[in-house]
Amino acid sequence: MKNLPQFLAGLLVALAAGTVQADATLLNVSYDVARDVFKDYNPPFQKYWQQKTGENVEIKQSHGGSSKQVRAVADGLEAGVVTMNQANDIEFLADKGLVAKDWARKFPNNASPYTSAMIFIVRKGNPKGIKDWSDLARPGIQVILPHPKNTGNGRNSYLSAWAWALRQPGGNERTAQDFVGKVLKNAPLFAAGGRDATTTFMQRRMGDVLITFECEAELIAREFGKGDFDLVYPSLTLQTEFPVAVVEKVVDKKGSRKLAQAYLEHLWSKEGQENAAQNYLRPRDPEVLKKYAAQFPAVKTFTVDEVFGGAAKAFAAHFKDGGSFDQIYQRK
Amino acid sequence: MKASRPVLPGFGLALGYTLVYLSLLILLPLGGMVLKSAHLGLAGILEIATDERALASLRVTFGTSLLAATLNAGFGLVVAWILVRYPFPGKRFVDALVDLPFALPTAVAGITLTTLYAGNGWLGRWLEPFGIKVAYTPLGIVVALTFITLPFVVRTLQPVLEDIEAEVEEAAASLGASRWQTFVKIIFPTVFPALLTGFALAFARAIGEYGSVIFIAGNLPLISEITPLLIISKLEQYDVAGATALAVVMLALSFVLLLGINLLQWWAANRHRPTEPLNVAAGTESP
Repeated sequence: MKNLPQFLAGLLVALAAGTVQADATLLNVSYDVARDVFKDYNPPFQKYWQQKTGENVEIKQSHGGSSKQVRAVADGLEAGVVTMNQANDIEFLADKGLVAKDWARKFPNNASPYTSAMIFIVRKGNPKGIKDWSDLARPGIQVILPHPKNTGNGRNSYLSAWAWALRQPGGNERTAQDFVGKVLKNAPLFAAGGRDATTTFMQRRMGDVLITFECEAELIAREFGKGDFDLVYPSLTLQTEFPVAVVEKVVDKKGSRKLAQAYLEHLWSKEGQENAAQNYLRPRDPEVLKKYAAQFPAVKTFTVDEVFGGAAKAFAAHFKDGGSFDQIYQRK
Repeated sequence: MKASRPVLPGFGLALGYTLVYLSLLILLPLGGMVLKSAHLGLAGILEIATDERALASLRVTFGTSLLAATLNAGFGLVVAWILVRYPFPGKRFVDALVDLPFALPTAVAGITLTTLYAGNGWLGRWLEPFGIKVAYTPLGIVVALTFITLPFVVRTLQPVLEDIEAEVEEAAASLGASRWQTFVKIIFPTVFPALLTGFALAFARAIGEYGSVIFIAGNLPLISEITPLLIISKLEQYDVAGATALAVVMLALSFVLLLGINLLQWWAANRHRPTEPLNVAAGTESP
């Protein structure tokens, strides 16, 4: 059994964890790359909660592909809160009755404590002169992005390009689809996920431009050095939200509603907003945003709600089987 | 068949245990899978499976798996032969290497192979000038699957090759057989059933492989999309029924192919039985 050492190690960790005294525990089920955000957020929150209530709480984190994570919650993973990067994942939990139907109104700002934007990363000095979405459809430009149908990052890139084309003079659904089709034709591959796309672009040196979240750029700089690439902000792009919700069924059962509610509310506190900004997520608080203005250039953005009438509608029109993405590949 | 009392007791218990074990481990999950897709009906399942992209992905999956298993049948035989027949320094080490693809997490294998075969990789940079692109093409899928399934062929062949005694070859030689005749008439027929088993195992494993392929494939619709990716795509849409429908079709196709291979194996084993010198003492009668 090749997993035996791992298993034993896991057992030890579990035993050790069991001996730590905690008055309450809260499981935060989250998407893949949120690890750092919450690693930095949890200890100050624990302190805050201890001062407020005298309770020692233990916060557990679970990270993974976001759709996989919410399926696990639907199948019985006892998450007190979910912190995701796509509204349709929380919508799915609402359909299953685990999360309140009006979850988006339970917290301010569409229940998204911070945002990011889809931007371009190009080679140092921008040798191909890429300035806006239109350049991505030029013949001879290679575009790197994660799978537009199967990954959240890829879907956001796709919707950004679509909305940009829609807002051009004479733009309509038809021209938008043609435009996105041209961009996708310039993709030599669809990466398995956000990190895989980054590796393909930065390490394997494929492509002229990488479409990704603004917050990813800082991680790329940490990993590969700042001097290796430039950021390009397109004229219009998608503001991506990171919705959060209390899992009603679980907190009712465990009696941890107050804790879960406070855990999420605290994301909007100065402390929570600062932490987001330090992790290169755009804070909602105008004062904190101002303080970190140097790292967040002004950019014209739209939300999925504004252009597509909500995440569920956008998903159904573009990424369901037979949606606009599939049509691009069936038309030829 | 004559009823004969087995020497060891416990047949009933062992059979009962086997049935329960197989039911719990294999039949129950598979049955659940079929049930999940059952409400779509045969027509619904076929409609999902004959969609243009699904058909293309099935071609890619089964084509690359077949190619990878065939490559391994050839080169795996060579590897097994070398490991069994010749002493050389570092043999134990090489022998242990063969198992590595089993132990390595498949995603690690996929990422490593992609880095090696990408245009600026250690291997890719030598192939690219000749116009050979491996990473992000169906060829890359074949490379990943060949890597993953190598141990199946080698490990199936090794014990069989070890069982062929050198005397058999010496006898053939002393009776005037050329080296080629010895290989074709003596050695190959003996290892052929095992070779088929190894081929079938490698093939079956390759069809279901996801973790390593996904990084090297490129995942372009109609070109380098494997069926497991389409299944994931359906799960992303929370379309569990559609995902299981595709899985059922893959399962059915695999079952037919594996059954075919088993029949071929049975035929090969029986065809050579009368001329097979090793089994004379066993006294088995051919049907």
